[in-house]
This record gives sequence, structure tokens and C-alpha cells, in this order.
Amino acid sequence: MAKLTREDILKLAQLAKLQLDDHEVETFQTEITEILGYVEMLKDVDTDGLEPTYQVTGLTNVTRPDKLKDYGSSQESLLKNVPNLEGKYIKVKRMIG
Amino acid sequence: MNWESISKLADSVRNGKASARSLIDEALKRIDAADEYSAIISKVTKRAHERAEYIDEQVRAGKNPGRLAGVPFIAKDNFLTFGSETTAASNILKGFEAPYQSTAIEKLEAEGAILVAKANLDAFAHGGSTENSDFFTTLNPHDKSRVPGGSSGGSAASVVLGLAPFALGSDTGGSIRLPASFVGAVGYKPTYGLVSRSGVVAMASSLDCMGPLTNSVEDAALVIDVISGRDDLDSTTIERDETSYTNLDTNLRGKVVGVVKEYMTEGLDDSVRAVITLAINNLETAGAVIKQVSLPSLPLALAVYYIVCPAEVSSNLSRYDGQRYGYSYKDAESLSESYEQSREKGFGAEAKRRIMIGTYVLSSGYYDAYYRKAQTVRTKLVNEFSTAFEKVDFLVGPTAPTIAFKIGEKAQDPLKMYLVDIMTVAANLVGVPAISVPAGHVDNLPVGLQLIAPQRQDRSLLGIARAYEELKV
Repeated sequence: MAKLTREDILKLAQLAKLQLDDHEVETFQTEITEILGYVEMLKDVDTDGLEPTYQVTGLTNVTRPDKLKDYGSSQESLLKNVPNLEGKYIKVKRMIG
Repeated sequence: MNWESISKLADSVRNGKASARSLIDEALKRIDAADEYSAIISKVTKRAHERAEYIDEQVRAGKNPGRLAGVPFIAKDNFLTFGSETTAASNILKGFEAPYQSTAIEKLEAEGAILVAKANLDAFAHGGSTENSDFFTTLNPHDKSRVPGGSSGGSAASVVLGLAPFALGSDTGGSIRLPASFVGAVGYKPTYGLVSRSGVVAMASSLDCMGPLTNSVEDAALVIDVISGRDDLDSTTIERDETSYTNLDTNLRGKVVGVVKEYMTEGLDDSVRAVITLAINNLETAGAVIKQVSLPSLPLALAVYYIVCPAEVSSNLSRYDGQRYGYSYKDAESLSESYEQSREKGFGAEAKRRIMIGTYVLSSGYYDAYYRKAQTVRTKLVNEFSTAFEKVDFLVGPTAPTIAFKIGEKAQDPLKMYLVDIMTVAANLVGVPAISVPAGHVDNLPVGLQLIAPQRQDRSLLGIARAYEELKV
């Protein structure tokens, strides 16, 4: 397949929210092109009449009673890893310019 | 420095011959002594001692602390646990303190087992050597210049070094079986859904399986018996057998074993082939019926895997946004910059590579050509396995095409590294149970035999694996 361009990589990085540096952009152009080249072998496989497999065990409509169950997690334990906590609020950077 | 079997160790704690405290101290001592192998990320010393005290108290009070009373174990560091950090060997989760524990850990603790340490892995379980760990590479216990395999390389090395009687790992494309093969451990990937994924850092959710690494099939069966079963916290879990997974049928007579043609030909190292062929001959001599089987789509499995897996990885890793937990870039001016810089600086090269590939194959215009196509070829694999299992009870082949490779040998070439999973990924795509058991050596390095059974035939698979293990003694 044709080598991914710098713009292709930058577009993907933007979708994936990664601020790649120049070296990474260059490396990924080569590496991802190579990996996508490897998976090209699927292109010509005859899959007529077959449906995709999204899950393998055939379970359907798995439900449970809609009841509160205590797993012992406190609000404090759930918030203890927050990088920027103010009171009980998670503080984030400015969203609108 | 091997431990007694898990059941004997638990017996000795229950009947007061050994204290849980003495077992924990022994494990922690061995962990310190084996520091040079870099198998461990963190120890769980304080909590392990508290739990040991509790178990010993129960024994003194005449109570039964459970089937794994006082038995020390190690968990891959992608299992959420109390008592130390849970990092998934990634910089982005460095310092993360889990607010709850994985279901598997909870079940082990309920039977009296005691977590002593967290093992190294390729960051987020992406890799086949532990070289992708953001912290350090684990060394192969048999040859320090070689990798232990991955991604559960720390867990696998731990049990072979005798740091604990068993370790937990996760297997998305071979991450339990491959390191088991490379270090000479038993590595068991159960049927998809038999063990809850709740509380394990998600990699590729339709493929992730949790299981044990041990020094014997008997130990693996006991661990599976404790950790398996339906879980309200993971809706993909399946019902377990009513019969104990430790109740094994080890009679080989009349068992039909299919030798997978595609695993015995392309890319297989000649000396590994010789070990596997001998293993198959031994099974036959002991009464198993050997047949040749072909699964023509198997050579496509790795290509399917390297579309499905990164697709699910890119989706699962989107939660690492630097806002709620994990590494957060301090100098961002806007929320968007905070996302982009936190992820850029927090993720290692392989995580980024998979996020990028996943984003590509899921993006509009490419979804049908890559993701949907891969999932449809996956159906072909499912069908071929079903057809094969109409004729045979088990499939057999090598776990890996080679013995453990040198550190650095494949690190610069991602595609070459991906190819180490060539014989293990199909079991994940199809959801069937598979086990790697030590089969012999090439140049003094272990070779693993892979046995595969139909979905939900975990007990039969453990049975034949045990029978094979007994043949070698």
C-alpha cells in the first residue's frame, strides 16, 4: 500500500488526541504503513455470506436486578487519584477560547 | 527453589504446620533475592502481613481460612489491587491507587490467598517480551540475555524463579502462554468469559482473558477453580462447570488429538518442531489417537488480530485523558492541550502505535475495509475451529515458533515483534481455552506445547494437559 503521508499521521494523531513530535510522525509513517501492508492479506479473502463476529460466546441480553450493591468504594477512594481536585470537583482547563 | 503444590501449602497452613506469616516472609525474601531479574514492579508487604496475621488468627481460632489459606501469590500489574500501586507498567498510570480490586483478586482473597507483589509486563500488556514496559525489561530466568516473553513476562518469570507458588496473568493474544513457553511454566488461558475481566486494565475487551501461571497443571486447575464463574461486574462472563476444575480426567486412551498442520509448517524453528513432534509421539504411545488437521485460515489470524486488537485498544485507552486519574500535563493552556500532552507524554511508543492503528481502522471510510473485514474473517476462523472439533477432542501444536529470543533482537521492529504471537492469537479470536505446558528444551531453553480445546471444555483441557505432564515424569 502507498506510504502514509505526514498529513495522514497528523490527522490520525488529532483524532486520537496525541501531540506527536516530528520524530514520531516520521517513524509512524513507516511503521504503520508496514503494519497496514501486512494486514492487506485479508483484502482478497472470500467472506461472501459470512457475518462479522463481534463476540464469541453467544450470550444475549445479559441482565441483572437493578439494585444498589455496595462494593465498598467511597467517594473519597474514587476521587483520590484526581490530578486537580477542588473540594469534590475535578478541575479542568479552559474549554472555550 | 520450588514450592510445594498449592493445595499442600494451604493444608499445612490450615493444620497449623506452617504459618501464613512464614510463607509470606519466605516469598518476600525470595523476591528481594531475585531483584536482578526485574520481574517485580512493587511489593505489597504491609497488606500481605496484615492478611497473614488475619489468616493465622483464624487457624488458631479453629476456623477454616479457605482452600488457598496463606498461599502467597503475585499478580500482573494490570490487576487492580489494594496495598500498592496499579500501573499496568505504564507511565500514565504510575502512582495510581486502585479504588477497588479485580474480581479475580477478591475471589483469591476470599479463599485465603495472599497477594505479595505486582509483576512487570509490557505496558498495558502490549507486547511479547516485557521490553515495552515503561519501567524496565524482565530477564529470562534461564538466560539473562534473553526475554521472558510477554506480556505477562514478570508473572511467568516469578513462578519459575519460585518467588511465589502462582501468579496471575492476562492473555489477549498469547500473553500468558507465550511467556510460559519461554520460561518453562504452565500458562493457562481459559475460555473467553470464564474468568471475570472486572478490575483488570482493559486491553482488547473481546479478546482479554485472565488466567494463572504456575509450575504444574494441578496448581493451574486449582486457581481456575477459585477465580472462574459469572460476575455481575462483567456481563460477558459465562457459567462455570458445576464439577470442580480440579476433578481431572487424565485418561489419554481414545482421546482424539489433532495436529494443526499450519502450526507445524511455516516459520517453525526446526529444533522446536523436533520437541513438539516428540511430545505428540508420546501422547500417541500413551493411547491418544493422533490425527492431522488443517485450519486453512490460520495464516490469516495474526492479520485479523492486528486489526481487531488495536481497534479495541484505541477505544479502551481513550479513557486516559489526564483529568480524572493518571499522569496530567501541568502546563496546558486549554483542555484540548491537556488531553494531547497528557497522552503524548504518558503513553509509551507501543501504546501510541496501537492507538494510531486502531484509530485508522475504525475511521470513517476505512471501517468496512479493515475492521468489518477482519471481524468477518474471524467468523471463518470460528467456523474452521468448529469443524475441526467435530473430528477431534483437542488441537495440538507449539506455543511459539522459537525459543526465547535475545533482548533487543526485535525491539526496533514492531511487525517482527507482532509475529511472535502467530501461534497463540487464534485461540483468543475464537474464544477457546488453550494451555502451554513445558515440553522440553532447545539449547537449554524451554519449549512449550500448546493444547487447545473447544469453548467451555476447560476441565477436559486441564485433564489432557495433566496427563501429558505425567508422561514426562
